[in-house]
Amino acid sequence: MSLRVILIDDEPERAAEVSAALRAEGFTVVGVLPTGADVPRQVAALRADIIVIDIASPDRDVLESMRQVSFGQGRPVVMFAEDGAPETIRAAIEAGVSAYVVDGLKPERVRPVVDVAIARFAQFQALRSQLDKARSTLAERKLVERAKGILMRRRRCDEAEAYRQMRKMAMDQKSRLVDIANKIIEASEILG
Amino acid sequence: MPHTSLKIGFVPLCDSAPLVVARERGFFAEHGLAVDLAREPSWSNLRDKLACGFLDAAQMLATMPLACALGLENLRTDLVAPLGLSCGGNAITLGTGLLAGLDGGAPAALADLPAPPVLAIPYPFSTHHYELRCWLAGAGLDPERQVRLVVVPPPQMVARLSAGQIAGFCVGEPWNSLAVHLGLGRVVAAVRDFLPERLEKVLALRRDRLEGGAPCLEPLLRAVLAACRWCDAPEHRDEVAGILSQPPYLNAPIEVVRAGLERIRFHGDMPNRPDPAQALWYLGQMERAGHVSGAIDKAALAARTYRPDLYGRCVERL
Repeated sequence: MSLRVILIDDEPERAAEVSAALRAEGFTVVGVLPTGADVPRQVAALRADIIVIDIASPDRDVLESMRQVSFGQGRPVVMFAEDGAPETIRAAIEAGVSAYVVDGLKPERVRPVVDVAIARFAQFQALRSQLDKARSTLAERKLVERAKGILMRRRRCDEAEAYRQMRKMAMDQKSRLVDIANKIIEASEILG
Repeated sequence: MPHTSLKIGFVPLCDSAPLVVARERGFFAEHGLAVDLAREPSWSNLRDKLACGFLDAAQMLATMPLACALGLENLRTDLVAPLGLSCGGNAITLGTGLLAGLDGGAPAALADLPAPPVLAIPYPFSTHHYELRCWLAGAGLDPERQVRLVVVPPPQMVARLSAGQIAGFCVGEPWNSLAVHLGLGRVVAAVRDFLPERLEKVLALRRDRLEGGAPCLEPLLRAVLAACRWCDAPEHRDEVAGILSQPPYLNAPIEVVRAGLERIRFHGDMPNRPDPAQALWYLGQMERAGHVSGAIDKAALAARTYRPDLYGRCVERL
């Protein structure tokens, strides 16, 4: 029988990707929940075998409480990595995901679910940091352009010369071009 | 001075003040430490990151290093607590709905309700859990049958209370103050009024970090201790509230944070000296709640985990 997975993730785009990947591997995604959706009840109602949760969700602490029999609600779950695989926990934390498994399931049965989740979360993170980098590069380029314009006006030089001067300043001061650009912009704002 | 880089985890609460202030007011830098503070959304995350070495140290519930050593936590880790950070901040708030049905908020009246009220705690093996059990027991209530205890992450407490999903909670600040501020409930008991002098948060690190003399431990303890002292001065409370309320930390209204700081004590032999007697008391409560078997050597575990010797060494040199 196919394993029943609940995914708790506040990022709809990532949740969709992870669910699709899990379904493609033959798992059944029985629920995609946002944070704060009464996890203990959902885990019991949806008869989940494994819960994959975004590490940034505070609901992790709610899942932990389900291990305690005295809470008497839903089924006890344990973190998958409990049975001695610190590399898996490390990889999961780095990717930004954690997984809880209903007690009694064999680790080798659930490992593929965790592996898919880790891979997809990691991919999403890499994509986002690329995007952030692309955005900041664009922003940096705009700053450099502005600083170049200021130098051209103040020193009455052409664009190539302004750029050369900025490069030299960056090298002399051992700083990045964008930091030099920032300094030029700041100085010109102060001096008017 | 050469800087040692450290990454320290915290959960956004009023009693994270010493760590936040140590960074913002330069106490870490003064002691040669370059500290990155990592805001963690859950105690579970904080524990896992500390266990896996993503964090060098962390603010922790006073009960957590004990629960970790006992294997109650999902990840068994050997931790030590060389410094206490705060006490006196926890409180029990009941919602206006529940209070209306109670005789002036007297806890004994909880037993007469038609259905057991749902009360929330922030974490299974938390100081709050055991404190709430004491409060209930003091009123002659059975925490297993006459109330239903659930775990709700602190930032969700007030929303759940407002939605009527929980009837009350035992939590740290600023969440009691926020519920009161919004007119959703009343603080019926400050924990320190029925359990005086209970340590609430500690600084924890992995035991293996003590190996090789741990050269950065002393500057770390001294920096945090200096920040504890600074936070505790009444004339600094407004500034502490101002720093804490900012987006990277609590991201909460300053007047609520300020009110939340009122009861908390950050400096003195209590809370700073991590007395194994405190650990022993919590272990006794864990046993009473059925979380720990009576067979374990509680005194040995308390002495191994709470380390007043490490604290003492650094105080002596101050």
